[in-house]
Amino acid sequence: MSGEPLLEVTDLVKHFPVKSGVVVDRVVAHVKAVDGVSLTINEGETLGLVGESGCGKSTLSRAILQLTAPTSGSVKFLGEELVGRSRRSLRPVRRRMQMIFQDPYASLNPRKRVGQIIGEPMELHGLANGRDVDRRVQDLLDRVGLSAEHASRYPHEFSGGQRQRIGIARALALEPKLIIADEPVSALDVSVQAQIVNLLKDLQTELGLSYLFVAHDLGVVRHVSDRVAVMYLGRIVESAPAGKLYDNPLHPYSNALLSAVPIPDPKLNISRERLVLEGDVPSPIDPPSGCHFHTRCPWATEVCTVDDPRLEELETSHVAACHHPRNLVGQG
Amino acid sequence: MILSVKDLTVSFATDGGVVRAVEGVSFSIDKGEILAIVGESGSGKSVTAQTILGLTRAPNASITGSVEFDGRDLTQLDDEALREVRGKRIAMIFQDPMTSLNPVYRVGEQIVEMIRAHQKVDKKEARESAVDLLRSVGIPNPERRVHDYPHEFSGGMRQRVMIAMALALDPDVLIADEPTTALDVTVQAQILRLLDKLNRERGLAVILITHDLGVVAEVADRVAVMYAGQIVEDATLDDLFYDPQHPYTWGLLGSLARLDQPRPIRLAQIAGSPPSLLNPPTGCRFAARCPHEFDKCSEPPPLHGDRCWLDPADKRRLRDVDGHIGLRKDVAS
Repeated sequence: MSGEPLLEVTDLVKHFPVKSGVVVDRVVAHVKAVDGVSLTINEGETLGLVGESGCGKSTLSRAILQLTAPTSGSVKFLGEELVGRSRRSLRPVRRRMQMIFQDPYASLNPRKRVGQIIGEPMELHGLANGRDVDRRVQDLLDRVGLSAEHASRYPHEFSGGQRQRIGIARALALEPKLIIADEPVSALDVSVQAQIVNLLKDLQTELGLSYLFVAHDLGVVRHVSDRVAVMYLGRIVESAPAGKLYDNPLHPYSNALLSAVPIPDPKLNISRERLVLEGDVPSPIDPPSGCHFHTRCPWATEVCTVDDPRLEELETSHVAACHHPRNLVGQG
Repeated sequence: MILSVKDLTVSFATDGGVVRAVEGVSFSIDKGEILAIVGESGSGKSVTAQTILGLTRAPNASITGSVEFDGRDLTQLDDEALREVRGKRIAMIFQDPMTSLNPVYRVGEQIVEMIRAHQKVDKKEARESAVDLLRSVGIPNPERRVHDYPHEFSGGMRQRVMIAMALALDPDVLIADEPTTALDVTVQAQILRLLDKLNRERGLAVILITHDLGVVAEVADRVAVMYAGQIVEDATLDDLFYDPQHPYTWGLLGSLARLDQPRPIRLAQIAGSPPSLLNPPTGCRFAARCPHEFDKCSEPPPLHGDRCWLDPADKRRLRDVDGHIGLRKDVAS
């Protein structure tokens, strides 16, 4: 891992205006979907991004890809700044960062054959044409565990797991360096989830891909990720190598998330200590003052309501934004 | 036994042929018990639950077998008699609480209307019970919240409202179809705690339909595993997790990305996909995906705790994959 990271996101902000008014729209507030996020992904690395619905993880992935224009901040990919560039000038970069979506039913054009879905991006980007396209489509189908004759079929002829494989083949068609996978397995059955997760890992080994793996399933994220970042109300509250974060979560919110996951072992479930959070995630329009998490945090004190904690490296390569971190070594 | 389902078979005539969604399903549930029905999409778990309440009655549906409840067979009741049972004696909650609540009525009105449809009480009394119900399921400020519309509640709170409505008439059985699937983990934990509490305090029998074995481990007493329209294993909670008998159950347990174990290099996966229910295999329905298949599997296995022809002693040996329960990839038994 020498030199620059593949992707470097600095202080990225995406606010959506909330408008009101009958004739003239006035902006009355902002939804702070992404509120100052910084992260890096190195070549060949997988960064897992977890958080509950509404925490901004999907908006963050879209803002990184410039599918939605960030309000401010910087996204550097392969050393190039992406924020503020025109669509045309983004096109060559886009090829290098692809996306896999959650819903394999909605993300494939129902009127196109699988061969076209996978092949057309290659032609558009001038990577192949004519006979060459067919040959490469067949290679890709083979690579994701489908067979060559599937190229002439339509998406509705496939099961959910197979469709997700088609989505993966389409992403691979443009020879990307980075794949942003937004909840790629959450719509699939458990046994199919395992197939897709294994496929993604195999492809990473073969092709040296980097992943930003966005998901709410902490088990799957732990399985695929080298590092994991936890998001709450538009901000990253903790980030660490996967093993450290899962064994030793510092932020109370990460603690709560992990302890809320039901474990498929009845005896262990009874014996382990659980931290069940009260209430719901507050609105990102008007997030709580100070630490955003203080309204639900069992350890919150006076300082948490006024002072917004910064992300700090509390242990080696383990950062968290909290005034009262848990599980610090030496604290017991 | 408060409710017994016997040899239930549900099939639907479609343009493509007859879909045999549920075949020969039998189970029963006792007062105060939580029975989980686990399976993947298309396994027939939701159709089974809906058939109990007569929700699958349609011109193209054919239903055989029986659902015994309170000395009567619910499959034989006419719509009017069934309506008396629905909600009052057996209540149901669904995965998506937004689509099950009427968006243009205040939450309180919906609960009041439901109470008054079944009980002779005046509006004021009904409204008071609505407030009490919302309080009992952990909704803060229930006096104020009864005046809110469904969209003013979060997903978790809406599911609490649904549970409150389900409990309004003090039913004996609650059928919960994927009640926490649409919710975040921290909210899921809250709802599961609530179900567990209601089950213990009221002696409510709960049929919990889910695809999540973690959720099962958390609340269930007994588990039925469904695959391709049949129950393939019926066991107590501990037996299912520590002594599972059917290879499909091994596969399910093995393919989970678990937080309580060191992470494996690869997740174990079940090869292939479930058979079409238009033309299910005549023998064991899991045979085509099972690494332990042998000649006997072409005959349909009966359900004796589980539907598998393997010898119990062999099973113990075969399901062990590197010290964990799982489905091996490449072995002939």
